[in-house]
Amino acid sequence: MATTTTSQPSPEPTRRDFLYVATGAAAAVGGALAAWPFIDQMNPSSAALALASIEADIASVQLGQQVVFTWRGHPLFVRRRTPKEIAESKAVDVNSLPDPDARNANLPDGSPATDANRGFKPEWLVVVGVCTHLGCIPTVSTPQVPQGDYGGWLCHCHGSQYDTAGRIRKGPAPQNLAVPPYSFLTPTRIKVG
Amino acid sequence: MSGPSTYVPQSGLSRWIDSRLPLPRLVHDTMMTFPTPRNLNVWYTFGGILTFCLGIQILTGIVLAMHYAANADLAFDSVQRMVREVNFGWLIRSIHATGASMFFIAVYIHIFRGLYYGSYKAPREILWILGVIIYILMMATAFFGYVLPWGQMSFWGATVITNLFSSLDQLIPHLGTAITTWLWGDFSVGDATLNRFFSLHYLVPFIIAGVVGLHIWALHVPGNNNPLGIDVKGPQDTVPFHPYYTAKDAFYLSIFVIVFALFVFYAPDFFGNPDNNIPANPSVTPPDIVPEWYLLPFYAMLRSVPQKLLGVLVLFGALGSLVFVPWLDRSKVRSLRFRPMMKQFFWLFVVFCVLLGYVGSQGADAAWKIGGVSIPLVWVARLGTLYYYAFFWVIMPLLKNIETTKPLPDSITQSVLAPAE
Amino acid sequence: MRFLLPLGLALGVALSSAACAAETGDPLPPVDMHWSFEGPFGHYDRAQIQRGFQVYKEVCSACHSLSHVAFHNLSEPGGPSFTDKQMKAIAAGYKLPAGPNDKGETVDDKGNPLTRAGIPADYFPPAFPNEQAARASNGGALPPDLSMIVSAREGGSRYVYSIVTGFHKTPPAGFKVLDGKYYNPYFQGWNISMPPPLSPNQVTYADGTKATVDQEAADVVTFLTWASDPKMEERKHLGFEVMVFLVVLSGLLFLAYRKVWKDAH
Repeated sequence: MATTTTSQPSPEPTRRDFLYVATGAAAAVGGALAAWPFIDQMNPSSAALALASIEADIASVQLGQQVVFTWRGHPLFVRRRTPKEIAESKAVDVNSLPDPDARNANLPDGSPATDANRGFKPEWLVVVGVCTHLGCIPTVSTPQVPQGDYGGWLCHCHGSQYDTAGRIRKGPAPQNLAVPPYSFLTPTRIKVG
Repeated sequence: MSGPSTYVPQSGLSRWIDSRLPLPRLVHDTMMTFPTPRNLNVWYTFGGILTFCLGIQILTGIVLAMHYAANADLAFDSVQRMVREVNFGWLIRSIHATGASMFFIAVYIHIFRGLYYGSYKAPREILWILGVIIYILMMATAFFGYVLPWGQMSFWGATVITNLFSSLDQLIPHLGTAITTWLWGDFSVGDATLNRFFSLHYLVPFIIAGVVGLHIWALHVPGNNNPLGIDVKGPQDTVPFHPYYTAKDAFYLSIFVIVFALFVFYAPDFFGNPDNNIPANPSVTPPDIVPEWYLLPFYAMLRSVPQKLLGVLVLFGALGSLVFVPWLDRSKVRSLRFRPMMKQFFWLFVVFCVLLGYVGSQGADAAWKIGGVSIPLVWVARLGTLYYYAFFWVIMPLLKNIETTKPLPDSITQSVLAPAE
Repeated sequence: MRFLLPLGLALGVALSSAACAAETGDPLPPVDMHWSFEGPFGHYDRAQIQRGFQVYKEVCSACHSLSHVAFHNLSEPGGPSFTDKQMKAIAAGYKLPAGPNDKGETVDDKGNPLTRAGIPADYFPPAFPNEQAARASNGGALPPDLSMIVSAREGGSRYVYSIVTGFHKTPPAGFKVLDGKYYNPYFQGWNISMPPPLSPNQVTYADGTKATVDQEAADVVTFLTWASDPKMEERKHLGFEVMVFLVVLSGLLFLAYRKVWKDAH
């Protein structure tokens, strides 16, 4: 009749079983190690990582003006705030804000959204220009062409309104505009990311 | 040797699945209990190795396609970005390029094994023809794939090979040009050609996978042939596929992978051509246009015929001849172990195939200088082409009447227990 | 099989005698050089690559672009391995075309293109704005991009080294060196458009190495070999680990295969 096939299950592992187990384990480990490059290749390449951090020259930004840079594929708003805008922002009661979290990558999670916690220097506001609702780019409000009621930004997609510290005040957006990790290399040059 | 299924589901879950989609049953019957001749040697492991190669090419290919840009202006650069900047991009590209060569090494061994042991003879004729179809699809896939990096060889190889069809102008005026223009999507190889070749390169491997399924199905009807070429007489001549041949295939596969890895890590450019690291330039023809090594024998045949249309017919005829092999060889004895005269013609055939490959790699004007005599290689190619055709159309049919075969053993078991050779 | 042996011998004789014949214009075989990066355990000599980069930057980049190499590659492992700071300084030293300014102009008042300093993400800028300008500055010849030159030439590193150092030979009697070209027996046709690129002490090496032509050539070829194959060290290192694993796995599979088949006979 047919020859015996696989070994009958024995009450305890024999030397023969150990060999099969060891071989199977080695093959499985090899397979897992071989799988890693196929998974890792989808991570950002070194070209993408080279652009993960940018240096921006902000010397030419006028008082009351916003300049837009590109950081990691997104717009980056750098706004040089007037004393009036700073004062307006400081006067807001944090507890009345829809989102009381500072959303500042340079501070621990849960820091309150005071004006001071939205940047390093009151004059300079650096935020990612992506509405926290569904990702449109908000329009900056200027004295000549006001956008929204809070002097900051208005997102035309669904009506979210941000104040002069980039915090959400009205509309469907759940969070304040994100402050990215950044630092001042010199008073006129920032490194973001 | 496919008899009734012996699968008995052991658990509630496996019974539930079995009554809805008997896939575990299929795996059990075809890959576990399948009765396989007990005397299969190392040359029989290449079918499994080929399945592994196809899987590797598809896997690495899909990953490469995540980073490749199929556009004439971007293709070359996208490949460079991939190997320089994508994490492990260099490794995945190297596996894919080397894998194509390993795929063909394995397929040639597999084909020659089939010729040697008479695996193409009744009742395995359709199995053989499906194999020829797979081989042709592989060559098409490799041809499309080689164009994608858009190097000098990619571009000019595509130009030369697609220009083969223009030879049809000699049969019906304007037909060949119409066909090549249609293939190119333009008046010469260009961006339109590249895009469609990318699409086809992605598609054809899945057609291959389907034909491989048919190939394995066609195999399982009669069961495997074996080195003795004699039929299985009963269960004593076979062993279940698992664990005997799963273990054997796994071991030989790991040896194959060692060779594969040696090329990938230590000689990644071995099978390649330096000219393909130069971006495609339609204004500059490389001094020697050569296809990849696995197409060289047919390339030599093509160039050995001075007349364009005839050369193309000789090339396609050489491939087409393979289809008729089950009917060209009329000997009742399958395995060349028992056909001493045919065995010598077979090995001469192997030598000529290698020789044709060598000639294909050399320039069109190359010659051997022996003593003071110069032998143009094109004459060597002509001799090789002549022998190629003679092997299939003259030797195979005639030898049945001429040769005296050795006596066959009574059964596989008898041969295994008391080895005569 | 009987007549395979005499057939093989005849082939061997034929092939070896074919190799001897050479004609005018056939390039000499490349010089036999030994490199630190050859062999299964090869590596790039850090100091040598950095010197080679200096030679490329100060000599070759006048005509030859390196367009597939990005500045950030200079600080990655397995190559020149400059520090991040050094790499950013190198990048900033290059002028790249700047986008249009606020007025939409791409040139300044004098008609020169607007430029900006390089950043790590940039690739080495080309020496000439386009092919026509390159040819016009080089007597009609196009200096090839060097990012892949070592892998794009038969003979690789040895070939490039031979070309760069091979100008000193005298042409054989009767051989015509064409106008505007130079004699180099390692180049197909022996007439090359590139003038001898290297001379002694053409660069002053920061590490004090004596800058002979051979040294400069070996250094720049090492750099260019890295440019063609920046992943070589990673490849050979991973290769060693993979081979060890595969040999162990094959051994286990062999033992398992033998055990399985022991019962069959």
